[in-house]
Parts: sequence; C-alpha cells; structure tokens
Amino acid sequence: MDNKTRNIYLIPYVLWIVLFVIAPVLLVLYYSFFNVEGQFTFENYEKFFTPVYLKMTVSSFWYAFLITAFSLLIAYPTAYLLTRTKHKQLWLLLIILPSWINLLLKAYAFLGIFGTYGPANALLEVFGIGTQQILFTDFSFVFVSVYIFIPFMILPIFNSLEELNPSFIDAARDLGASAWTTFRRVVFPLTLDGVKSGCQAVFIPALSLFMITRLIAGNRVITLGTAIEQHFLVTQDWGMGSTIAVFLIIAMAIIMILTGNRK
Amino acid sequence: MKQLVRMFLLVFIVSFALMYVVSLLNSTQGYSGKNTLTIYNWGDYIDPDLIKQFEKESGIKVIYQTFDSNEAMMTKIAQGGTTFDVAIPSEYAISKMKEENLLLPLDHTKLPNLKYINPRFMDLSFDKKNTYSIPYFWGTVGIVYNPDMLHGKKPTSWNDLWDESLRNQILLVDGAREVIGMGLNSLHYSLNDTDEAHLQEAKRKLSTLTPNVKAIVGDEIKMLLANEEAAVGVVWSGDASEIMKENEKLDYVVPEEGSNLWFDNMVIPKTAKNLEGAHQFINFMLNPEHAAQNAEYVGYSTPNEKALEYLPEEIAGDERFYPDPEVTKKLEVYENLGKRMLSHYNELFLEFKMHKK
Repeated sequence: MDNKTRNIYLIPYVLWIVLFVIAPVLLVLYYSFFNVEGQFTFENYEKFFTPVYLKMTVSSFWYAFLITAFSLLIAYPTAYLLTRTKHKQLWLLLIILPSWINLLLKAYAFLGIFGTYGPANALLEVFGIGTQQILFTDFSFVFVSVYIFIPFMILPIFNSLEELNPSFIDAARDLGASAWTTFRRVVFPLTLDGVKSGCQAVFIPALSLFMITRLIAGNRVITLGTAIEQHFLVTQDWGMGSTIAVFLIIAMAIIMILTGNRK
Repeated sequence: MKQLVRMFLLVFIVSFALMYVVSLLNSTQGYSGKNTLTIYNWGDYIDPDLIKQFEKESGIKVIYQTFDSNEAMMTKIAQGGTTFDVAIPSEYAISKMKEENLLLPLDHTKLPNLKYINPRFMDLSFDKKNTYSIPYFWGTVGIVYNPDMLHGKKPTSWNDLWDESLRNQILLVDGAREVIGMGLNSLHYSLNDTDEAHLQEAKRKLSTLTPNVKAIVGDEIKMLLANEEAAVGVVWSGDASEIMKENEKLDYVVPEEGSNLWFDNMVIPKTAKNLEGAHQFINFMLNPEHAAQNAEYVGYSTPNEKALEYLPEEIAGDERFYPDPEVTKKLEVYENLGKRMLSHYNELFLEFKMHKK
C-alpha cells in the first residue's frame, strides 16, 4: 500500500480525534475562562482554590483511592484464581455480565437491597446484629462503586496473568523460593502492567463519579463530578463547571504519566 | 469496501422510504400544521380523557410529548427543531425563557375562561400581567411525615426539623433554592433574600441540621418516603400527594414560618405553528369543569377558583393542598435572582452537603 492511500484511510481517525477529543478539551478550557455573565476572567480559577473546592478535591481523591484499593484487593486474587479454573472463558463472561446492565438500574437495585427493609438488613436481622443504616453511608458508596468497577480491574490483571510464562514460577520454586516469595518477587512484578492499567481504568472514572453519590450516598459524599453536574445543569455556571473539569483532566493526565509504562 | 458502500446505500434508501411513508400517513389522516396541536408537558400531568374530549370538540389532533426537567424542555425549545404549540414550564423557567425570547405573548381576548382563575395567582413577579403564561397547577414546599415513626409528634414548622428526636430521620430534596430557602424561612427571612449576612446565618443554621439529615436525594425521595425509609421528608406538595397516595399513613404540612409557592404554567413557545389551536386548548383547560377533572386526575392544586366547586369536598376542602389565605399569605414565589446569586446559593448548598456529621 502506498503512502497516499494510507493517508486517505487515516482521515476518519484524525477527524475523530480532532472532533471528539481535541476540540472538546479545548472548548472546556475556553469556557473555563468565562464567568456566569459571560465575561473573560480568571475568577473561576481563584474560586477553585477556596476551601470549598479544595475540600471537595481531597474527598474525591480519597474516595477514588478507597474504591481503587478495594477493587485491587478483590480483583487480584479473583483474577489469579480465574487463571487456575477449568472454564476460564465462562467464568470471565460471568464476571463481565453485570456490566451489560445499565449503571442506573444497578444503582436503583441497591437502593432496594440496602434499604431499611431490604434483604441486606433482613440478613443482619437473622444473624442477630439487628437493622443497621447501610444506605447513605460511606460503606454503601464504596461497596457499590467497587461492585461497578471491578470488571475493569479484573480484566487487565487476568490478561497479564495469562501472559505470564509459567516456567518462571517453576524456576523460582526450583531455586527454593517459598510461595510468598515467588509471588512477591516473580508473579507480582511481572503482572504490574496489568495492575497499573486496572488502577487507571478504575481510579480515573471513580474520580468523577456523580450519579451514585446521590443515589447511594444520598449526597453525603461530594465529589468533583457532582459539582460539575450541578454547575452545568442547575446553576448554568458553565465556566465554573469547566474549570473543575480542567483540573480533573490535569489530575488524570498526571495519573496516566505516573502509572504509565515507561518503555 | 464495496460491501460497505452497499450497506450505506441500503440504509439511505430505507430511511427515505420510511420518511415517505410517514408523510403519506400524515397526509391521509389529514394532519398538517393547521389542525394538529403539539403539547409539551411533564409526564402524566394531564387527564388523557381531556385530550380526547378536546380532540372531539375542536377537530384538532393532539400530539402529546413529555419532558422530565425544565432545563431539558428549554433546550429543546431553544433548538427549535420540533413544533411545540403549548408547553407547561415552571415559573422560574418562564423568567428565563422570557429573557431568551422563547415565548410568544398570549392573546387574552381568546381566553375568556381566564376570569375563573383566582386573582391571587395572577400578575405574579415572574410574569407581570400574565403576558406570556397562565397558571396550570400550583403548590407549596412542605414537610411529609410519618406519624407512626414520630410516635404521635407532628411537625408544624421548619424549626421542628431541628428537634433532636429526628436524628438521621430527614430526607431533603436535592434543590439549592428549596434547602437554602428552608434555612432562610426558619430564621424568618425571605426565600429570595440576597443579603450575604442572612445567607451565611442560614448556612450556619443548616449545618446544625446535618445530624438529622439522612440523605439529600432526587426523585427517589418519593419511593424512599413511601417505603418508610425515613420519618420526615422535605418535598414539593405535588410529590407529597403522590407519596400519600402510595402510603396512606403519611401526612403533609406547610410550615408556619412560610414556604415556597410554585406554579406550572401554560405558555405558547416561539416554536408554535398553530396559534389559534393553542389558545383554544388553553381556554379549554381553563374551563372550570375541565380544570376540576384534571385536578382530580393529577392530584395537584388547581388555581381555578370556580373549579373548586366541581371538586369533591375532601379535595377542595383539604387544608394541606388548599391552605387558607392566612397560610398562603406567607408563601413566596421564587424570584429570578440572577445567575450570579443562583450560583452563590448553589455553592452554599454544596458547602451544606459537604458538612460532615
């Protein structure tokens, strides 16, 4: 294939990138310099560095960190066990299956499950613990978020475990390493790339979660995503909303660089 | 590649054929701009029998479309792609639509039934002289409570919500104006207060409410209250009537310090093509018998004074939804505070949400 036809085939991709990636980011940046009255200003950026938004940023990062950490904690052993099972593809399908269901539907289902008279509390009642408030707590928020994000953590880890050459493990064991040492010195470092991309796939969207902060956490958890939604839909303060989005984009870029594969 | 082109062609041909069939169907049934009327309303917010009756009386075919937020409705009207002849926005949306020239002035001579509307619901701040809008339904913001869960206690004022016995028992609706307004009202300030000191005072007062607040939620509040997830909820009266239909134990009260008075109104947006029909429809809905029938179906409060005579006593005499003038006097309509103030209200609301227990 000569260069010319190759360039023609590139057009759709370039158009796509320009229209749907570069242009929106530039627009967000552009809007962030305007206040509610439509005047050019830096006041949005000043406002971002007030305690309200800084606190919000810290809490967003904290919850995103919690969600990622718990996802990783559950996903790694799951992925490891998956590679040992007989019907890998079937199990994998079962894990991915819930992500075919709309996020909102799942969130609404949890409203029922965690409710005062829901099955979760009925179970606690059976164990003699008694009815607890589960809904609208930090616990329910992190739990539901982990539930939603976990397939995105399992998949990359599973793939990197699959690619791992088993003879490395055999070699480690032959040379007298214990199971734990083998894991720590051989398996984990070799699957680190999977862990990294899993963390990216979870941490970044978790940072801008907004729907479940209201449905599951009853607005007791406020993230930057919630603030953006409010500014765009309620106050129509697109400038401030865009400013927060700019900071989110910067934060995400930093995370990508920090966890990126240096090759 | 060839296959791709063929696929595209097929899609094109099919879509054109479908478009042709639609236009053919429309013309055989005699639909055109002149004798159809598109109504843009909230979901389930009109008695469908009234639409049928209107179609029969006027010979106009009604197309009924729904929206679920004022913002969505405004965006769609501003885009102007679809013909909407009558829309039913809330009062704050009307001030915005007026500013953006999205509304057409009404011809009052074509609306003889306007005389039945209670004068105290006319000529309000959001639309002086009712140039653009006619009230459709009205209501308040108040407290829904579950007497069983409160052991016989009955809240009557906003300040009752601060009572220690309500720890973790209150659900609030996710609206900055409603919640900040509640804070202002509880201090006997106006809902439309823009004085910074008053707003800060209201915010401080609200932050002491935090231990009692279980959650701040959206539409789910109806389901949660009906399921007795919490004992008390701050909601719009319209939602309250729906919740009470679901769970008959619950009761509703308009707090004595005053509260918000809201309206949904009939307007003719600038996208209208059938002006004659739009006026005919508005006048039809203003007919006291029709207004009464509609109020009975929807369960909201009608502004039509004459219609109250056609409503059964248990509806028209219900103090919760038709409070006596003593209470109504203290109710305030939200004024358009401007984008900057609204943004500030919202920031205070965010701070309130972030306040930890």
